[in-house]
Amino acid sequence: MNDLILVRYGELALKGKNRKDFENRLLQNMRNKLDGFSGVKVKKTFGRVFVEPGDNPVEPIIQGLTEVFGIVGISLARCVESDLESIKKAAVQLVRDQDPIPRTFKVVARRAQKNFPHRSSEINRIIGGEVLRNVEGIRVDVHQPDLELRIEVRGEETYLYGQDIPGVGGLPVGSSGRVMLLLSGGIDSPVAAYLALKRGATLEAIHFHSYPFTSERAKQKVVDLAQELTRYAGNVSLHVVPFTEIQTQIRSKCKDSYMITIMRRMMVRIAEETAKRQKALALVTGESLGQVASQTLESMHVINHVAQVPVLRPLIGMDKQDIMTISKEIGTYETSILPYEDCCTVFQPKSPVTRPRLDVCEEMEKGLDVEALVGEAVDGIETIRLTPKQQEEGEFSSYF
Amino acid sequence: MIDMDNSATTRPDPEVVRVVTDVMKNVYGNPASLHGLGGKAERLVKQAREVIAKELGVSPASMIFTSGGTESNNMAIKGAAMQFRNRGRHLITTQVEHPSVFEVFKQLEAEGFRVTYLPVDQQGSVRLEDVEAALCEDTILVSIMHVNNEVGTIQPISEVGQLLRNYPKVLFHVDAVQSFGKMDVRPEEWGVDLLSISAHKLHGPRGVGCLYSREGVRLTPLLIGGGQESNQRSGTLNVPGIAGFAKATVLAANQRRGKWSQLQEWRRELIRRCTESLTHFRINGDPSDGGAPFILSLSFPGLKSEVIVHALEEEEIIVSSKSACSSKGEKASRILTAMGIDEATAVGTIRISMSRMTSVKDVEATASALQQIIPKLQKIMKVHEV
Repeated sequence: MNDLILVRYGELALKGKNRKDFENRLLQNMRNKLDGFSGVKVKKTFGRVFVEPGDNPVEPIIQGLTEVFGIVGISLARCVESDLESIKKAAVQLVRDQDPIPRTFKVVARRAQKNFPHRSSEINRIIGGEVLRNVEGIRVDVHQPDLELRIEVRGEETYLYGQDIPGVGGLPVGSSGRVMLLLSGGIDSPVAAYLALKRGATLEAIHFHSYPFTSERAKQKVVDLAQELTRYAGNVSLHVVPFTEIQTQIRSKCKDSYMITIMRRMMVRIAEETAKRQKALALVTGESLGQVASQTLESMHVINHVAQVPVLRPLIGMDKQDIMTISKEIGTYETSILPYEDCCTVFQPKSPVTRPRLDVCEEMEKGLDVEALVGEAVDGIETIRLTPKQQEEGEFSSYF
Repeated sequence: MIDMDNSATTRPDPEVVRVVTDVMKNVYGNPASLHGLGGKAERLVKQAREVIAKELGVSPASMIFTSGGTESNNMAIKGAAMQFRNRGRHLITTQVEHPSVFEVFKQLEAEGFRVTYLPVDQQGSVRLEDVEAALCEDTILVSIMHVNNEVGTIQPISEVGQLLRNYPKVLFHVDAVQSFGKMDVRPEEWGVDLLSISAHKLHGPRGVGCLYSREGVRLTPLLIGGGQESNQRSGTLNVPGIAGFAKATVLAANQRRGKWSQLQEWRRELIRRCTESLTHFRINGDPSDGGAPFILSLSFPGLKSEVIVHALEEEEIIVSSKSACSSKGEKASRILTAMGIDEATAVGTIRISMSRMTSVKDVEATASALQQIIPKLQKIMKVHEV
């Protein structure tokens, strides 16, 4: 008798002839995710995906799988010989292994192999009786059972499935092309990244660093956030842009109230140029409509005006509360709320313009050598490559 | 010298000394400073915190660094009592706690709290039904140690935690100073809200410890000032100590699983050798493998523990009379008394305590020394003629 983990995937089936690519992508992502467990195997048989845990405990594997996009359901399964006695024994044990032990259950048997000597309804009855006799206090409920114990007789082997644990859904990372995330260090942008990843994007991130106006710690915080995103994204390249010169120039040449608008126009230009170099097809930001002065529709219009590539805003319709909830769920919240100055707060004008005008922006930017500044910034980028495994290690690993 | 007094303190592992020294030389910034030197120290503390949190199976945010076990215990108990005194004024602990728990309850009693000191059975175990019977509407805190420092009894912590899940108003504190680094300590799984640990009991540096405080639990701080450790414990962090603590935790974690059965074997061997050739003695606590295998408490009625300690010291073996913190008092141990042991027996009690650095040779030498010394002393004191 073997413990197995059955993985169900959803939307992939809708994707017609691309299905195979998506499946392979999902399998590869699962393998990468479970790379740290020795002896774990990910297999596709009979059009389903199984994980064989080997000698590893199953909980951390299941935990890992709940972070892989494309998976809609996970269940603990057992594989036994297609023989009634073995099936009975496995069924009782599977029910006992559920946590918490269910109060009600029903058996749903299927017989792919019609020469198995019992019909499905018979299997239901026999196994149901066996569970009732051997699990104290359990009852049958065919309408709303706590546990639907599924049994599938397939050739020499029979599979038994326990409770269905919901997966995170979405599409496998890597199936939708590459995006460039503007990562600030706040609560919103990691959540935007998560949602873009959920739709299958491959993630790179860009961060604007204005030393000494923003500290090394603010940068470290962004590195930590990008590192946390590797749980969902796999490898992440983080591009850190030297931004001090641009901010200083804007500060000296543009009106205070327009500083944030012009700064963000510069950021978009730099992000777009970086996206081009990295072959990313869109930018992603954590903007949500109306949240702050730079996120009014007028601001977005003026800022977006410099962009040629699509700017995706996965949070556009979300309230701050919703965003915070996801942030906590995905584990970025604690890092996001660390109180360091970022490049947006450090030169915060007293009254930023909420309805900036495009012609005013363009007039003010005439005082800046935009092209040269963008080129210099992009050339000065420091790229940090983060992989999921680095999470285990750290700067002081030689001590520990 | 053979160190068989590892529950008092332990020899810092050379690897720990290396880390502490290196940090003192190279990472001497104040983690609260803004500049790079401070940032480096802060990152080191962050990583050390993660290392220790991982061993406990908890989130790093739930760890508060302190100056050691005594402070952790004081902070947990006083902090909880003060914070929640408007919820109730009844506290529960046991008769066999370490003084850094017991005396805190005495003080709180003097300040108007009502305290139930649970009795223990002959082996030193608290009974679950006694805990349940003591709980009332007014109860806000239960504090029970994990491994007893004098006799090694392991208390049913996860069972008590399970029971207390039905009492969401009651906080559960566990003094795990003797057990951390030697056995599984899993506060979250066990339903423990507060848990004290200390570095110097696992070959780490002195002067550093930690209080696990479940996320969401706020205590009234003992030390206020600069607001370090999320305002729960002010004071500049002891960065080298914390790094050394994390190193000691890693070393202990790597070795403890294999060591456990070996220690059990050695404890059995010590008991076997004593039983084989000595009379007039008793084994305190759980004599079977149910107790902590690194502690063996032996009583020799008619002898004074101090005399045995010195006689063994002449053979280059160091052991303890009772626990180190109370060994200067003449009185019989409160813990042994609570276990129903008479005074004459209690004052003749020594504690042999081993660690992951103990070797089979040490065990052998200790057994031989006991076999030689005890009959001699018993003859002088005419123990057999009584």
